[in-house]
Amino acid sequence: MSPVATTTARHTPTVPPAGSAAHQRRDRPARHRSESKAGYVFLTPWLLGLVTITAVPMLMSLYLSFTNYDVLSDWESMEWVGLDNYRTMFTEDPSFWHAVKTTLVFALVATPLKLAAALGVAVLLNKGFKAAGLFRGLFYLPSLLGGSVALAIVWVNMFNRDGAFNSFLSWFGIEGKAWVNDPDFALGTLILLAVWQFGAPMVIFLAGLKQVPNELYEAASVDGASPVRKFISITLPMLSPVIFFNLVLETINGFQGFTSAFVLSNGTGGPVDSTLMYTLHLYIKGWNEYQMGYASAMAWVFLLAIGLVTAVVFRTGKFWVHYSDGED
Amino acid sequence: MTLQRLARPLTLVLLSAVVLYPLVWMLGSSFKSQEEVLNNMSVLPNVWTPGNYLDGWNNFDVSFGRFFVNSALVAGLTVVANCVSCLLAAYAFARLKFKLRGFWFAIMIGTLLLPGHVLIVPQFVMFKTFGWVGGDWPYAPLIVPQLLATEAFFVFLMVQFMRGVPRELDEAATIDGCTPYGVFRHVILPLSRPALVSTAIFSFIWTWNDFFRQLVYLSDLEKYTAPVALTLFIDSSGQSSVGPMFAMSVLSLAPVFLFFVAFQRMLVEGINTSGLKG
Repeated sequence: MSPVATTTARHTPTVPPAGSAAHQRRDRPARHRSESKAGYVFLTPWLLGLVTITAVPMLMSLYLSFTNYDVLSDWESMEWVGLDNYRTMFTEDPSFWHAVKTTLVFALVATPLKLAAALGVAVLLNKGFKAAGLFRGLFYLPSLLGGSVALAIVWVNMFNRDGAFNSFLSWFGIEGKAWVNDPDFALGTLILLAVWQFGAPMVIFLAGLKQVPNELYEAASVDGASPVRKFISITLPMLSPVIFFNLVLETINGFQGFTSAFVLSNGTGGPVDSTLMYTLHLYIKGWNEYQMGYASAMAWVFLLAIGLVTAVVFRTGKFWVHYSDGED
Repeated sequence: MTLQRLARPLTLVLLSAVVLYPLVWMLGSSFKSQEEVLNNMSVLPNVWTPGNYLDGWNNFDVSFGRFFVNSALVAGLTVVANCVSCLLAAYAFARLKFKLRGFWFAIMIGTLLLPGHVLIVPQFVMFKTFGWVGGDWPYAPLIVPQLLATEAFFVFLMVQFMRGVPRELDEAATIDGCTPYGVFRHVILPLSRPALVSTAIFSFIWTWNDFFRQLVYLSDLEKYTAPVALTLFIDSSGQSSVGPMFAMSVLSLAPVFLFFVAFQRMLVEGINTSGLKG
């Protein structure tokens, strides 16, 4: 626990000396001014961060994307190359398109599967029974562990020639292969790793399910609706804001997959570029080949692409997300 | 009827077996000898080989203990930095009236969706120009951004939490003579403890697991954190080190697992408060 949290425990709210306050009560505008000032005092670290860690680097990367900056040599040797990085990216770098395809396949397959698993299990767990909390915890655990290098290592070995997956297949007399070394299957193993982490969206679905009024289901039962019908006509529409929230979050996450692909391919994106996620390609360009200008251009294209996808998701959301009342 | 009643628990039990299998398999394999890793199909080893842990610990020129210390250092400092900086920003957003508050809040929400990979190139270039990359203490680029509340998720989480704290408390304190600083010190800070604990736990786990940024900024073996060091096993992956590699993977997941066991309820509720009520 942080020192902040522990030191606070000792102090219960106490009444401070009232000297300054008497003045403030008399003079309201002064209090507003002081509150406004205090607002900016408290906001200072965040504002500093916004400028130095976010805004300036963003503009800087936009500038760098038009140069051939390589980090190694000094600034003087940096040249303005105009749109060359972007041109190379779109027309002369086949790996760029492999990366785009890999990332799209990964995000567009893993996200729906993960959300479907999350929703399905959430529905199973929703009817309160004794062990529900235990299962909820168990299913959530992979979301905490799954993003790590350690787990990616385990996963890759599980789908290797002598891994657990092939042992499982051998029960059925099927002889497996080294799935992670096969360009047709390597990405599939990473998608499975992503789906395995369905616990985080599941927990959010569970909270959403608790908000659905029980009367709706009761009314539907009176009308003789089947469970499937209830799911389609009550659960899905009532849950659509939560589905939407999870969809946005998980899609953005999906586009940024890096660790598992790095581990599977030992940082190369192989076999045959089949696990070359966009961020991995960016890393290779920037830190293996020292093409920081090119990597900056890639980062900006990435930002625009994610912005576009998010906008599309928001746009389509208008058609299927139902807000049951004004406030939520 | 009974079949229907059994369907749910059966599905759940089967599913948990599938979900937990990789973890159990990892634990079992970490105790298997080299030969068994390749040939023994069962989860448990025939001959327990705890030596994997010793071999893994000493597999490189620098002991793995060092990597764990480095990881703990980075994660610990990140926890403190996030708690302090995000709490300050959240108080301003949740409670104080100031010019352009809505505008800044919208920007903060915007940065929530901004992918970190977009910024890493120019940040790297910037920190390198400062001379912060490499050297004796290469961790500044990993921690300074957290000191400046750039982890918008936690700012948002705390804003959401503070909105649930009754405003009457602020008002009472103000009438009793508290300035905005006093309200922060005597009302918000003590009452925000649950949000601070959630922030601390999540920052710890995420930083402990984080790979990309640590990979980019750490180049000296002595300064490696555990995830970066683990990738060395892949580099050297002549099959000889699979057992030790698993052993070190288990150890590096252990802190996260312990946090999970200790704070399970809080973690699960943490994503709810941040996730839903937005």
